[in-house]
Amino acid sequence: MSENKEAGTAGRVWMSIGFIFAFAAGAYAEYLGFFTFVKENPEEIWELFLDHCQLVGIASSIAILIGVPMGIFLTRGFMRRYRDMILNILGICQTVPSIAVIAIAMTYVGIGKTPAIIALVIYGLLPIIRNTVAGLANVSSVLLDAGSGMGMTPGQLLFRVEIPNAMYIILTGIRTSVVIGVGTAALSFLVGGGGMGDLIFTGIALVDPGYMMAGAVPTAGLAVFLNWIFGCIEKWIVSPGLVYE
Amino acid sequence: MIELERVTKIYPGSEVPAVDSVNLNIAEGDICILIGSSGCGKTTLMRMMNRLEPITSGFIRIGGESIMDKDVTALRRSIGYAIQQIGLFPHMTVYDNIATVPHLLGWDKKRIDERVDELLNMVQLPPDIFRFRYPRELSGGQAQRIGVTRAMATDPPVMLMDEPFGAIDPINREVLQDEFLKIQEKLKKTIVFVTHDIHEAIKMGDKIALLDAGQLVQYGTPEELLTQPKNRFVKDFVGADRALKRLNLLKVRDAMLTNPTHCHGEDPSETILEHMIENELSYLLVADREDNLKGYVNLEELQGHHGNVRDVVRPMTLTVKPEQNLKDALSKMLSYDLGIVVAMDDDGKIAGVLNSRTLVSVVGETYDERGGHWGRITTKGRII
Ligand SMILES: Nc1ncnc2c1ncn2[C@@H]1O[C@H](COP(=O)(O)OP(=O)(O)OP(=O)(O)O)[C@@H](O)[C@H]1O
Ligand SMILES: [Mg+2]
Repeated sequence: MSENKEAGTAGRVWMSIGFIFAFAAGAYAEYLGFFTFVKENPEEIWELFLDHCQLVGIASSIAILIGVPMGIFLTRGFMRRYRDMILNILGICQTVPSIAVIAIAMTYVGIGKTPAIIALVIYGLLPIIRNTVAGLANVSSVLLDAGSGMGMTPGQLLFRVEIPNAMYIILTGIRTSVVIGVGTAALSFLVGGGGMGDLIFTGIALVDPGYMMAGAVPTAGLAVFLNWIFGCIEKWIVSPGLVYE
Repeated sequence: MIELERVTKIYPGSEVPAVDSVNLNIAEGDICILIGSSGCGKTTLMRMMNRLEPITSGFIRIGGESIMDKDVTALRRSIGYAIQQIGLFPHMTVYDNIATVPHLLGWDKKRIDERVDELLNMVQLPPDIFRFRYPRELSGGQAQRIGVTRAMATDPPVMLMDEPFGAIDPINREVLQDEFLKIQEKLKKTIVFVTHDIHEAIKMGDKIALLDAGQLVQYGTPEELLTQPKNRFVKDFVGADRALKRLNLLKVRDAMLTNPTHCHGEDPSETILEHMIENELSYLLVADREDNLKGYVNLEELQGHHGNVRDVVRPMTLTVKPEQNLKDALSKMLSYDLGIVVAMDDDGKIAGVLNSRTLVSVVGETYDERGGHWGRITTKGRII
């Protein structure tokens, strides 16, 4: 449950950060020349924004496709003894700053989108794996007993009992991972991966707030929007029979 | 149907066996009650029957075939299992919970719909109200009833029920027990039923297996446990009031005296009075030619009366049925303050009489250490 709360808090923190950004941007937009910049360069911003979305989309999809099965795998009987060890190792990886992960990825695969995506995937995996493990471990053994007692195979038990009951916590992990990914993707500019980092870092370098804002505001907006989308998905997928505070 | 041979279970890391060399033979169509104090191994024994717990040593056969030779999934689907903790799936509606095994077996929707409604009605939960509720919207007792119906969904020939009525209030529990027995009479399933409640055991069980610390202490019919407790432990377990409990098992028919002394309505009062004085009877039953009960006459009213007995007959205030259980009959007698009551069968004929003295002697018969009858009322049939 603590993981779940942590993830919820992370979501809220990101949301508040998004709002603060948006508010600050709105208040100073005129003064900083944000709108002027946007009006003059709509195509460039749009392209970088799509770039950014693409990075996050690809990296998150890969992270989900690896993370969820990995989490499931770690909770199966034979893996249970290695579970904590693997989670600890992943936790340590997470403490390496994201910029360092990107740098390391670059030394192996050169510059461009690839190192950026690799770094984003590595960075996004932990919350997903951790929450999948926590969600599945949280399913009461009574339900597993009832299920297998009625003749469910391990696969049926997993898809009909375990995953539906763990869904909320798994989705929270995915949400956290994606929202963090939106922020981290800005760094991909540093290895030539494009994205909104292009505007943000150039703006900083040029000390041009309007330029920088044109990168920061849509990024924050994207994070807030995705967070909201996941809230909707959650309501739609998680059974109304399960209640979470 | 279910045979257990020297079945032993030692949990890993435990010194003492949770189930210790149990031999048990459960006949097809019987309800076998497992009873014993908490932690004596009832659940463990039950869970070995559908292989949820690996057996440490010994054999279990169901339908003559070792359970170890069967496919474990098929075995479990053929056995209804209601677990002690109920274990309804919280993310599924009542409907989907009950339909769990039908879904696994690939029933079509129409058949499942009908079955779910039938089962909900059976446990007194109106389908229209409960069908699409989630478990969190049910009371403990309601959830437990759903748990039982889920185990019965595909009508399996063998059922394992771990304290299925534990969370249900006494009144509803009786209703469910009666309903359950009624269904069982029709379906004749082989049922292993765990309970803590000796009354429930006596009422529901064809056989009772009393366990203590993993060992089978006594296995027999409720009657045997009550009348021939094997040792001190069984005696204490079934309780000091086992004589009273036995009343639940006996029918009025078992204790009544048949062909009680009576006269016919058209008999002359004078003759009857003479006989009553001669036999020291203070009252006498009256019937018609077909043995239909008309009432009774008492001595004072016959004295000085000329004519037929039928003119002074009084109606009976209370009768019982031969099929009624003795406990109910006795409590009726006590509440009406009657020392004697007539058992009348469905078409109004006299079946026999029950009096408190014979009743006590019948109940006491098999285990009253002093033995002996205390005397009877006369049973000579019609006196003239
Ligand atoms: N998974 C387990 N691992 C180790 N010991 C166990 C396990 N399950 C049960 N036991 C032990 O085995 C013994 C029998 O337990 P069991 O659950 O069969 O009792 P029970 O008769 O069903 O009790 P109750 O009436 O309280 O349900 C107990 O001493 C219990 O502590
Ligand atoms: Mg138990």
